[in-house]
Amino acid sequence: MNKYIERLYNGIIKENPTFVLMLGMCPTLAVTSSAINGLGMGLSTTVVLVCSNLLISLFRKIIPNGVRMPAYIVIVASLVTVVQFLMQAYLPSLSKSLGVYIPLIVVNCIILGRAESYASKNKPLESIFDGIGMGLGFTVGLTLIGLIREILGAGTAFDIQIFGEWFTPITIFIMAPGAFLVLAFLVAGMNIVRKKMEEKGTPLAAPAGCLAGNCANCGQAAHCASKAAENKEE
Amino acid sequence: MSEQYHVSSSPQIRAKDSTSRIMLYVIIALLPTTFFGIYNFGVRALVLILATIASCVASEWIFDKIVHKDNTIGDLSAVVTGLLLALNLPSTLPIWEAVLGGVFAIVIVKCLFGGLGQNFMNPALGARCFLLIAFAADMTSFIKGTSYDGISEATPLALIRGADGALTDVNVMDMLVGKTPGTIGETSTIAILIGAIILILLGVINLRIPASYIITFAIFMFVFGPSRFDFNYVVAQMCGGGLMLGAFFMATDYVTSPITPRGQMIFGICCGLLTGLFRCFGANAEGVSFAIILSNILVPLIEKKTVPRAFGLVKEKKAKEEK
Repeated sequence: MNKYIERLYNGIIKENPTFVLMLGMCPTLAVTSSAINGLGMGLSTTVVLVCSNLLISLFRKIIPNGVRMPAYIVIVASLVTVVQFLMQAYLPSLSKSLGVYIPLIVVNCIILGRAESYASKNKPLESIFDGIGMGLGFTVGLTLIGLIREILGAGTAFDIQIFGEWFTPITIFIMAPGAFLVLAFLVAGMNIVRKKMEEKGTPLAAPAGCLAGNCANCGQAAHCASKAAENKEE
Repeated sequence: MSEQYHVSSSPQIRAKDSTSRIMLYVIIALLPTTFFGIYNFGVRALVLILATIASCVASEWIFDKIVHKDNTIGDLSAVVTGLLLALNLPSTLPIWEAVLGGVFAIVIVKCLFGGLGQNFMNPALGARCFLLIAFAADMTSFIKGTSYDGISEATPLALIRGADGALTDVNVMDMLVGKTPGTIGETSTIAILIGAIILILLGVINLRIPASYIITFAIFMFVFGPSRFDFNYVVAQMCGGGLMLGAFFMATDYVTSPITPRGQMIFGICCGLLTGLFRCFGANAEGVSFAIILSNILVPLIEKKTVPRAFGLVKEKKAKEEK
């Protein structure tokens, strides 16, 4: 059981896709104009991620290495289509406000990244928990950004008015510049936490994978293009 | 005898210029505009000016404390930023919004990028644009200084932007003196020009950026403006809005303008073209602040392309041809 909890912790805190890995920046910046949008986007991505991790993990021995990317895309695209139709049917208003970003989940780098680096070489159950962890991490990130932007930019939280008449909304926060400002401050906050933990002697592990420039921890190193080039040079 | 000959390495002659002295000159040059603004818009303008200056200085002091840096408020640049920001705000703006603008200017535009000398855009203008997007309604309601009933009116720029023939609605003499609605510091062209002359005489700025900016803008408006080839219209456009304040006090900011002479001309032309484009074809009547901060972003590119030729060096191409 321990390794499943470790997967959840890894996704939500240690390798949080939004604040640590900086993956999936496009939806992060584009749809987080309100908390509900962030939550909706995060949860739909989570659903797709969990299912795609499971399927890819089940098929990991059948999918030929040479065509693995197209194969992953087909799997993810089918799942996204399902999610998109479900949302159109049951949550039409959310579907409308998320717009093109729902179909774009197909090319979300968190999903393809987890497929490449985790699901394609781990057992199904672990892959599911990896998907849940990463998905929840993404959801937490998006909801937090959306919540802050909504409070500052509209004076509401989850569409509930939280300030009185005196509050003048700072509209820039629900526009594009606000997304960059809020994300930057949250990432800075995350880095402060990381630094504090290191000083205390209980460091959060450094993010693994290409983003940290550290190939030693990366499960993908064996068939990674840049690593292969490096080996050739050697 | 030996006492007469001090042997030391260069520099032997030092100029008295320092950051704080130059900033002091800028503050002195801004005083005519400031006093006119206070005279024109009343005590409210004074309160707003003091609030932004206090907010800028305080946020720089607190930021330096938090990140354990040497205190830099002594260089007076925060005071200049606060003053310039206030001059770019309408006198009716709520005080807390102005204070927030000051915090944005110092913390986000200046200090987070490394403090004075490292900021990539003019802090006062960055904050003005932030406020313009954040509080669009408050930032674009102007009252006429001489009217005490507080009824908001259209600025001259907004008037001449409207239907044809609206030019008759504006009085260019009023715009020169500054009796028109607008931000605290932009209304009086004469007061700004007095400040500009002080700056030029003190050697703080030269005419390259302001002249190329204003001339480019004038030509653009003359040719492409809605009422084409109308001299009065161009003069009204030049005296209206933040053009003069921007050209002399914002675009000439040392940190965010090119240091090469040719680069300064190109920078001025960029500002002029962008301002013209924004005023003619943009959504708002005003475009100076966006034009200048966009040109600020181009500065590294401009400088890269205009590095002067070192003495004695020949360009590679020419050298080859000569062979």
